[in-house]
Amino acid sequence: MKVGLFIPCYINAVYPHVGVASYKLLRSLGVDVDYPLDQTCCGQPMANAGFEGEALKLAARFDDLFRRYDYVVGPSASCVAFVRLNHPGILSGEGHRCESAGKIYDICEFIHDVLRPDRLDARFPHKVSIHNSCHGVRELHLSSPSERNVPYYNKLRDLLSLVEGIEVCEPDHVDECCGFGGMFAVEEQAVSVCMAEDKIRHHAATGAEYITGADSSCLMHMQGVIDRKHLPVKTIHIMEILSAQL
Amino acid sequence: MSTKHSKAAEKFLQDRTMAAWHNETLWMVRAKRDKMSREVPEWEELREKACQLKLYSNTHLAELLTEFEKNAAANGAVVHWAKDAEEYCGIIYDLLKSHHVARFVKSKSMLSEECGLDPFLAGKGIDVVETDLGERILQLMHLPPSHVVMPAIHIKREQVGRLFEEKMGAEKGNYDPTYLTHVARKNLRNIFLNADAAMTGANFAVASTGDIVVCTNEGNADMGTSCTPLHIAAFGIEKIVPDLNALGVFTRLLARSGTGQPVTSYTSHYRAPREGGEFHIIIVDNGRSKMLADPDHVKTLNCIRCGACMNTCPVYRRSGGYSYTYFIPGPIGINLGMAHDPERYADNVSACSLCLSCSNVCPVKVDLGEQIYKWRQKLKEIGKDNPEKRYLSAGMKALMDHPVLFNAALKAAPLVNAMPGFLKYNRLNAWGEGRDLPKFARESFNEMWKKHKIQGKEDRK
Repeated sequence: MKVGLFIPCYINAVYPHVGVASYKLLRSLGVDVDYPLDQTCCGQPMANAGFEGEALKLAARFDDLFRRYDYVVGPSASCVAFVRLNHPGILSGEGHRCESAGKIYDICEFIHDVLRPDRLDARFPHKVSIHNSCHGVRELHLSSPSERNVPYYNKLRDLLSLVEGIEVCEPDHVDECCGFGGMFAVEEQAVSVCMAEDKIRHHAATGAEYITGADSSCLMHMQGVIDRKHLPVKTIHIMEILSAQL
Repeated sequence: MSTKHSKAAEKFLQDRTMAAWHNETLWMVRAKRDKMSREVPEWEELREKACQLKLYSNTHLAELLTEFEKNAAANGAVVHWAKDAEEYCGIIYDLLKSHHVARFVKSKSMLSEECGLDPFLAGKGIDVVETDLGERILQLMHLPPSHVVMPAIHIKREQVGRLFEEKMGAEKGNYDPTYLTHVARKNLRNIFLNADAAMTGANFAVASTGDIVVCTNEGNADMGTSCTPLHIAAFGIEKIVPDLNALGVFTRLLARSGTGQPVTSYTSHYRAPREGGEFHIIIVDNGRSKMLADPDHVKTLNCIRCGACMNTCPVYRRSGGYSYTYFIPGPIGINLGMAHDPERYADNVSACSLCLSCSNVCPVKVDLGEQIYKWRQKLKEIGKDNPEKRYLSAGMKALMDHPVLFNAALKAAPLVNAMPGFLKYNRLNAWGEGRDLPKFARESFNEMWKKHKIQGKEDRK
């Protein structure tokens, strides 16, 4: 099994350690991981802003880079969801059959559903609150959406339960948006900041020291407000916790 | 980078206490809805059934509406057809004039808001009284509704108390909700008794029986239609359902989704005129058949106006109904406004973080968030795309299309970390208004990989 590691642009630039953690964790689980060089962006920011056309070349490049792998795995639910759900439509206009979309997984989803380890060599003696991010929940089905009448499940919680010493909780308004949404965050900055403040308050009310999730983008947004307001809670990507001992 | 919506939202959020109250009040309704929906084990099946029924009805409108007309006529009703708002208003005015109606009572109808009926009739000298309590409060305040189900949700009881002191002679300073409701009830009772005609909208119209079905909690629709000899009911063509079995699917979903009640207090079926009275039904298109022809947005016609998408929308709850430029706010309003007149209502398309909660809460599975994404793609075509966003997207594309440029930018990015605050945080940077910028890493993942800093020894090639 050959896995192509997908490192989204902002993780490349701002959170490379999340990429490193992902790589180490996959290797420790016996996966053959390759990182195709010269990855840039999946095109989601432009498309969500209304400029899907600007994502066309990126989607084609993405498919060319990744189609040769058995699986494509990335530590960012929202970017993965964009590739899986939107790339095929964007490329179909060009007669380009998108192969990578059918092979791409968020890394939590991949470990949970494909690798299915029953133990992890990880210890994190802290209380964490899970950030159930919108596209992770409602597009990749990482947990049961609060709107739906379906039995509860949460793949992030399942993975965190393999970590020694951790205490896991979830906030009130369990999967409400933190207000990022790409350019929405600047176009509707007042609403977006208010959403982040409310979201952090719900996370902090659990008594957690850390907010953790599968999307560095949401964490980055909330961290921006935490830094500005000097709030007593930190953000950490779930890969950093799962690879804490590696 | 702003829109009419984002500016209005910013203003709404300046009163933090009021804004927080609005957010939490509507979230409570969402929470009640969650609880109610979980008490129905077949909830998700019902949603799917409702969606399929609407898709069926809306693709069989000609036969269902004709069947409705035939049955309604057999029941003694008179059926009129209106292709647009003008015809709708005209038919109502002609009926009122020919029946010498001076005092006209109305129960809640979003269609009448859509078609501007109240101002039209006021211009013709006909006194229209809204009888739904929320609508009545707003009518006396000369304000439009801010929510489709709870039109006065943004008004606090102290404001209502002061209004009733002035308009209905209520006790000074008594803001007890029960007291205020009794004051309104007494005031409306006289109006009902002296009215010449009554109007209702319709939540559903049943093809197989010719019934008009109206769901209310106050019984005001029944008071109006029971006190007057002339009943006018109007509905948009997408309100048609095939039969009573189909109706049952929707009545199980409507109140649970909208207000978190198992069912509305009253589900009234109007079939025939009162003894000695007349019953007129107006079937209205007003742009709906145009929406049928647009496969990207046809599901908008599934909407049963429950308001659940507003209650769950994190943006609506934090910006209020008046921040939108279309008369229906929230996710469904964004979509209906665009379907109606995209050039006029393009400002609302910014009011969405694409969280997709609306699409999951919707009892008839309207793909609300996905449609907003599609509308954004069409803004450029109609010349309504934001130039700053366009430049930003084009700039990002130029950078991301060329890995050499991207890698150069990654190398330069850490310089931003060291930039003085006044350069990073100023009015040009909307991100920085309420948030610090993330700090760029000294070395990107790309760079580290190229230098073999990530791969273990055994991985190096």
